[in-house]
This record gives sequence, structure tokens and C-alpha cells, in this order.
Amino acid sequence: MLTSFGIINYLSAQSGPWWKVFYDFTSLTKNIDASLHNTMSPFWTTVTELVIVGVLFILFYAVIGLFLVYAERKVCAFIQNRLGPNRIGPYGIFQTVADLIKLLFKELIPIKNADHFLFNLAPYIVIIVNFMVLAAIPYALGVHAIDLNIGIFYVIAVSSMSVIGVLLAGWSSNSKYSLLGAMRSGAQIVSYELSVGLALATVVVLAGSMQLSVIVEGQRTGWFIFKGHIPAVIAFVIYIIAGTAETNRGPFDLAEAESELTAGYHTEYSGIKFAFFYLAEFINMFIVASIAATIFFGGWMPLHFGANNGFNRIMDFIPPVIWFFGKTFFLIWIIMLFKWTFPRLRIDQLLTLEWKYLLPINIVNLLVMAFIVLMGWHF
Amino acid sequence: MRSIINYLKDIFLGVRSLLKGMKVTSKYFWSPKSIVTEKYPENRKTLVMLERSKGEVIMPHNDKNEHHCTGCGICQINCPNGSIEVISKIIDTEDGKKKKIIDKYIYKLGQCTFCGLCVKTCPSNALAFSTKFEHAVFNKAHLIKVLNKPGSQLMKGVEQ
Repeated sequence: MLTSFGIINYLSAQSGPWWKVFYDFTSLTKNIDASLHNTMSPFWTTVTELVIVGVLFILFYAVIGLFLVYAERKVCAFIQNRLGPNRIGPYGIFQTVADLIKLLFKELIPIKNADHFLFNLAPYIVIIVNFMVLAAIPYALGVHAIDLNIGIFYVIAVSSMSVIGVLLAGWSSNSKYSLLGAMRSGAQIVSYELSVGLALATVVVLAGSMQLSVIVEGQRTGWFIFKGHIPAVIAFVIYIIAGTAETNRGPFDLAEAESELTAGYHTEYSGIKFAFFYLAEFINMFIVASIAATIFFGGWMPLHFGANNGFNRIMDFIPPVIWFFGKTFFLIWIIMLFKWTFPRLRIDQLLTLEWKYLLPINIVNLLVMAFIVLMGWHF
Repeated sequence: MRSIINYLKDIFLGVRSLLKGMKVTSKYFWSPKSIVTEKYPENRKTLVMLERSKGEVIMPHNDKNEHHCTGCGICQINCPNGSIEVISKIIDTEDGKKKKIIDKYIYKLGQCTFCGLCVKTCPSNALAFSTKFEHAVFNKAHLIKVLNKPGSQLMKGVEQ
């Protein structure tokens, strides 16, 4: 009620057409903030704002999760020359809802000698970690929940905590196959985090700051993948490969390969807890794609070349929200293409790829990028 | 130095093969014409089944209501779960000899595994597969079929 008061305030006080809000959300959020401050004490204002942002993020998580599960099945089907879900709802868009209802009805089987507290805690850890990372990403101009000055560092640090969830799930299932799957998955995630961190550090060197809003602002004259030419492209390729490996997806999904380890660390989970792991995997993929879109392709910044010319003004015509989601969904499409094109990697091939190929190239690339930034040989 | 060159060559060739693979899959993704799914039952009127698809075993009869089945029973021996029963009878021919011909050819569609051994091993090529696949019935007795039509007889010239 109070936020709608703020929205009405904003709408009656604006100076341009109503769709200007999509280009710059800061005036809308400032108005809501001011109207809340006028009616409540600062403490309760903060609480209300936190609740509003929390509810919005939960809704966003659920909607994106549902959409990504449907998109994965459709993309997979089109690649394999078939149709995918097409019966439930027009073009099968309600398929995920039907799956969710089915999972809600399933029996939650408690395991006899398992550690019940850890068993129940594990899915929540991965979900909480996902929320913490989602909060730090800039979605549009003015829509940025937490703008830390150590933005990228925070993202890497927090996303490393999902390993705890995986290992807990494998250990507390009291089953040797789950434990083996969790061990393999843990080794894989920890190895590839190195590559992710170094690839992101390469871009931080180019940008000069770890704060995500500064990184996006710095791409106003051109995206970093064009500005830092060779090392940025190599860093992008390494980041995409290491990112899909870190989320246990694509050709790196040995830990949950259905025919080899039953279902790996989430074998013993049924019903809604399994749905949490499944959803967390897709949201992880969304996070990897959105971080790549933010630091390599400019986040919500439209495609600009140079400063202040007609081309930039044409590109500015499209709202930043659409730019952001367009880039993210393009990268998600590429990650899905990885999964359905390449055969699965064995565990030793996986670790060879990381330690013998990706890591040395990453280190050399970082040196090259630092050299280029020092000599000023970037755009 | 050699090992560094080999290393870089490995990487280059690997990345090139990966990109070739991704080109193929993205080509399939962007061409909706390559979709082979048939939207049954909406396309029942225009549905054309492939001629080798196995729907049901039939005994083809020609215009004069003649078939090729001599009643030898080889198909019954070869059927893995006994879905065929050949009932034959002895009749007298014109020149006084006794001949065995087929009386009833019982084919249990509900039990058939569609392995095709009966069609393959028949020495007179009396059996064939038809492409009709909509067999659901409400009464199980309708699944026991008699394949030779009433009043039909063995075509002249099919060897005994």
C-alpha cells in the first residue's frame, strides 16, 4: 500500500512519458524510499524495504527457475530435431508447473542412519548461496540490490560456499555412491574456481575496480571484450568453460551422470528437496551467464563504440533491462549448447583440462593483460 | 620447444573441433524444418507410416481370395511365445490323395512381440507386416485374430 503510494507519487510528478521509468529506475526507487521514510521511523523503513526486496528476489528466483527448466527442455529438443514439451499449455509453457506439482506430491523418504540435521540442511545451503550472489548483480540502471566496492570478490567468495552444500549432501546421505559423487563434484568445483577467479581478475585489471557498477559504467564507450582485445577474449572463453564446470553442468556433469553414479550427491533426495538442488543448478547457470554478461559484455550497457555518436543513440533506444536479459539469455543458450553437443568428460580428463591447460593459459593471460594495461595498448 | 609447439597445436585443434560441433548443433537448432516429431493424433488424416514399420501380422490375399499358407506350422514353431496356432485339416484331393490344408490360422495380437520371425521363416512368404497400429480394444477376445479369410484357399503353384 505504501509502495503503491510512492508509485502514484512518482507517476504524478514525472516530467516525461511513462515508459521513461524503464530507462532509469533510480527515480522510482528514490520516490518509494522517500514515501516510506515520511510515514515510518528509519528502522521500520529499512525492515519494510528489506522485506520488499526479499519478496521480489524470491519471485524472480522462482520465475527464472521455471523459465530456465522449460527453456532447457525446448533447446535440447530443437537441437535433437524434436519438439520438446508441447502439450501442457500453448507450446508447453506450463510443463514446469506440472513437474513442480508432481514433485510436491512425492514422499520425503527419511534415511535410517543418516545425519538428519545435515541431510535437511544441505539443499538450503545451496539456495541461500544463490540468493546471496543474485543480490550483487546489476540488472538495470538503478536496479542493484547490494553495490559493494568489492563486488566481484564477494561474488567469487560466496559462490564458493556451494561446495559445502554438495559435500554435506553426499556425506549425510549415508550411501557410498552419494559420497563418491559428492567427492568428485567437490574436487571439480574447487579446481575450476581457480580458473574462474583468475579470469575475473583479468577483467578487474582492465577495469581498475572490483565494484560491479563501476565496471558497467566503464563499458560506456565499449564493451570490455572489445576493449581488451586478445586477453579479454581468451579470458571470456576460459570463464565460460570454467563456469559451466563449476556448476556441474554440460560436459562436466560426471558427479550426477545418471547412468554412472545413479544420481551422485542428490540420489537420496526426493520431492521438494530434489527440486531445490535441481533449481539451484539452473540458477547457478544463470548467475555464471549474468556475471559473464556484466563484466565482458557490459551488463545493462547498450552496445557503444566510442563516445557520443549517432550509433550510440540508436543503441540507447532499447531499455537497459532488455539488454541485460538479452545478453544473459544468449550466454545461457551457449551454455546449453555445450551440454547437448559435447560428450561427457571423465574425471581425469576433467582435472587434466583444468590443471594442465586452463590454469597455465589463465596465468599467462593475466600477465599479458597487465602488460597491455600498463602500456596503454587497449581501446 | 617442440613440446610447447605440440601443446599449442593440441589446444588449437581441440578448440577448432569443438567449434565445428557447436556449428552443427546450432544449425539444427535454428532450422525448424528438421523437426521429425509427428503430432499424433492431430495428424491422423495425413499420417503415412513407413512401409517397413511393424504394426500387425497379416496374411495377404489376392483378388481371387487366395493366400500362400500351406499349413506347415514353421511359423508356430519359430514364434518365441506361442502367439501363433496353426489348425490344419486333411481333405481329399481330386486324384484321391489326402492333403493337409490350413483350416484356421490363429494369431494372438495381444501376445505378439513383433519380432518378425514368423514372417522371416515362412517358406512360402505367406505372412507380412501391415502398418496399422491402432489396436486398442475394450474386449480382450477381439485381440485373437483369425488370419485366413473364410472361403479362401491356397493359391495354385505354391509348393507343398
